[in-house]
Amino acid sequence: MSALTGVRVIELANDPIAWAGKLLADMGADVILVEPPEGDRARGYGPFVDDEPGDDRSLYWWHYHTSKRSVTLDLDDPGDADRFRALLGTADVLLEAEPRHRLAALGFDYDDLTAIRADIVHVSVTPYGRNDPKSDRPFTDLTVMAAGGPVWSCGYDDHSLPPVRGPQQGYHTASHFAVLSTLTALLHRGVSGEGQFIDVSMHAACNVTTEAASYSWLVARQTVERQTGRHAAVNPSSETQQRCADGRHANTGVPPRTPDEFGRLLKWLRETGLEDELPEAVFLEMGAEWDGPFDLSRIGRDDAVTAIFGAGREAMKLIASRLPAQDFFVGCQRAGLAAGAVNAPEEAFEDEHFKARGIQVEVEHEDLGRTVRYPGAPYRMTGSPWRILRRAPRLGEHNDEVLGGL
Amino acid sequence: MPGALSSFRICDFTGQLAGAGATKWLSSFGAEVIRIEDPVRQGRWDILRGVPPFVDERRGIEMGGGFNNHNTDKLGITLNLRTERGKELLTRLIEVSDVVSENFAKGVLERWGFGYDRLREIKPDIIYVSNCGFGHEGPYSDFKSWGPIAQAVSGLTFASGLPGEEPAGWGYSYMDHTGAYYMAMAILLALLHRQRTGEGQWVDLACTDAAVTLNGPALLDWTVNGRPLRREGSPHSNRNQWPAMAPHGIYPSQGDDDWVAIACRDQRDWQALADAIAADWCRDSRFADLPGRLAAQDALDTHLGAWTRERSKYATEAVLLEAGVPVAPVQKPEERIDLDSSTGDFSLWPTVRHTEMGDVRVDGQPAHFSKTDWQMERGAPCLGEYTDEVLTRVLGLEAEELVRLREEGVL
Repeated sequence: MSALTGVRVIELANDPIAWAGKLLADMGADVILVEPPEGDRARGYGPFVDDEPGDDRSLYWWHYHTSKRSVTLDLDDPGDADRFRALLGTADVLLEAEPRHRLAALGFDYDDLTAIRADIVHVSVTPYGRNDPKSDRPFTDLTVMAAGGPVWSCGYDDHSLPPVRGPQQGYHTASHFAVLSTLTALLHRGVSGEGQFIDVSMHAACNVTTEAASYSWLVARQTVERQTGRHAAVNPSSETQQRCADGRHANTGVPPRTPDEFGRLLKWLRETGLEDELPEAVFLEMGAEWDGPFDLSRIGRDDAVTAIFGAGREAMKLIASRLPAQDFFVGCQRAGLAAGAVNAPEEAFEDEHFKARGIQVEVEHEDLGRTVRYPGAPYRMTGSPWRILRRAPRLGEHNDEVLGGL
Repeated sequence: MPGALSSFRICDFTGQLAGAGATKWLSSFGAEVIRIEDPVRQGRWDILRGVPPFVDERRGIEMGGGFNNHNTDKLGITLNLRTERGKELLTRLIEVSDVVSENFAKGVLERWGFGYDRLREIKPDIIYVSNCGFGHEGPYSDFKSWGPIAQAVSGLTFASGLPGEEPAGWGYSYMDHTGAYYMAMAILLALLHRQRTGEGQWVDLACTDAAVTLNGPALLDWTVNGRPLRREGSPHSNRNQWPAMAPHGIYPSQGDDDWVAIACRDQRDWQALADAIAADWCRDSRFADLPGRLAAQDALDTHLGAWTRERSKYATEAVLLEAGVPVAPVQKPEERIDLDSSTGDFSLWPTVRHTEMGDVRVDGQPAHFSKTDWQMERGAPCLGEYTDEVLTRVLGLEAEELVRLREEGVL
């Protein structure tokens, strides 16, 4: 049995919460996606199967709506509104990202819902929360992330280049908090029998997902500045991204910090035949033979410690520049040092490790006569497994079986 | 006021952000999170205990600003698990806990004698959630990781960048935050499963698995169409392919490293933007419809960037908001925390009281519950700050026993 078997979620189709609905559906919740009769606009988003737009050919739609069922309802139509009311009577959770006054105008806001289903959990996701007029502003994932903090921290050492947005992660972050809220409220309902209303702010979600950018300001009124491929920082830090022999990049990670780690790095440098090319190799030897742990606060103040740590970084960069990125990554890790290849998403997906962990799952698209590989479980739950129950629904595919039974 | 999760007790070994961030969600909703640290190493496994930012000139393991941020309202205790008595006390604590959580390297808990099989012996319905970069199984399970490495290996670093440049990646540990969210979800899912079935379970969480799933449409473009994201001109993550929008980007503004984000979702947005700017280039026939604007996006960005460069980011925001076009300044920390009233109005930065640091503002939770909202009151625990309280109240130890245990180096 999946963790959420028997939990019915009504999701009012909308981009910012599509990921939240999928996370719940793939854990066994009966997620019923309510779409307008003409269909949710995301059905028209690319990429498309064989690059041909058309009904049920949006891969974006396929990805975000697995395991859900679709019904069509025009909430402005009295007959459909009655059907929606009946549907809510069977629901444990309402998940929505509607404009903040829309549900009240339709008679379906939380206070109305409790008359239909007293213990319902209503999760609302808006740009700035239900009480802030700024939630009425138009928005996209890009504007949410720009205002909310992540963008400021991402980009390049060269500040004449614009800061950079990691694609679509603003909606993902809002969805993560929508899911955490839903699960927390369901647990509370399981103990107390009561439901409640939950007000998720996308802007707030981004604001608390910026690590030191926020707490450097909160604690010390300091401002971090963006750097290429590594943490934005109050004080500039050493580069950690290196172009490798195959043109791909690697993250040189955490340079050695203990005598043992210096010893292993030196051994690897010798194995790769590069020791002669690194004049600083002698400092690696010093590091390997250092008596006791290093006092890291002496970096920059003590010549020997500074030289040893500088040599560690230089050795990592040299080896990375001479090996293909994957070989550097694996070699470095085998030497007990943390580093990573900068994989493209498809390279990660085809990597032996992720495949062994089951990142590729096959989903049947019987209507197209093909089986498609999808990204798999975000967590391996041994007692209540994640799984994709079915492909994303066609528009109104479940009208009869869901609405017919009300 | 009882919280949404007040009935649950977590035996918590997590640290850093990827783990501590997870149990912070639980503690803020009232779960009793008992954070166990090593007295011999003074809790230094969690490197954040002693690193900046600092509230003042004081330094040391009680002064780390990040540690305080991620460990609010947790009950910190010390147990020396090298000792038999320490192991016995941990066993008794597990007997009365709902969840054991950790984000050590694979095998650490097992070596201490507390692998999942042993945990189940101690408490048959225990929920055990492990969280590490590459998981406990698979070819890379012995590899080391932290946020930037998880982001690199999973595809997230690559996906964030400008064409012709190396990957920009993430200027913070997005996957430590997000790995923590998945860890918290896994704990909550397992608790729900147990609430309904009475069964516990082990969750093997790998931050990198979760990260791979965050590039879904690009992965389906690969598996269905065979199109890789690594190709000429790709990625360009300030643009939007799915859905296609143009203009869509981050543009220069007047000011010191000031930028503004603008997105036209559809033809109406474009028309409104063109009317608001009312320059000749807006009537260029290449920009008349979306296919044209996508094809001429570089030229479009050049024109729009020249216009935004003439005014402040907030002035651009005002003009385009009036026109109904999605727009937002790229806000700096001070701007979004102290100058933009939205976050304060949402009560996003609660002040907690830390025993050594005093009153400090921290990240709150970005969701409010109408009946059982989160609360943050106490800062992160000092090393062993709640040892006596927890061992007395939860395990029923007497004062003289605590003295003896301390003398024996158990606490």
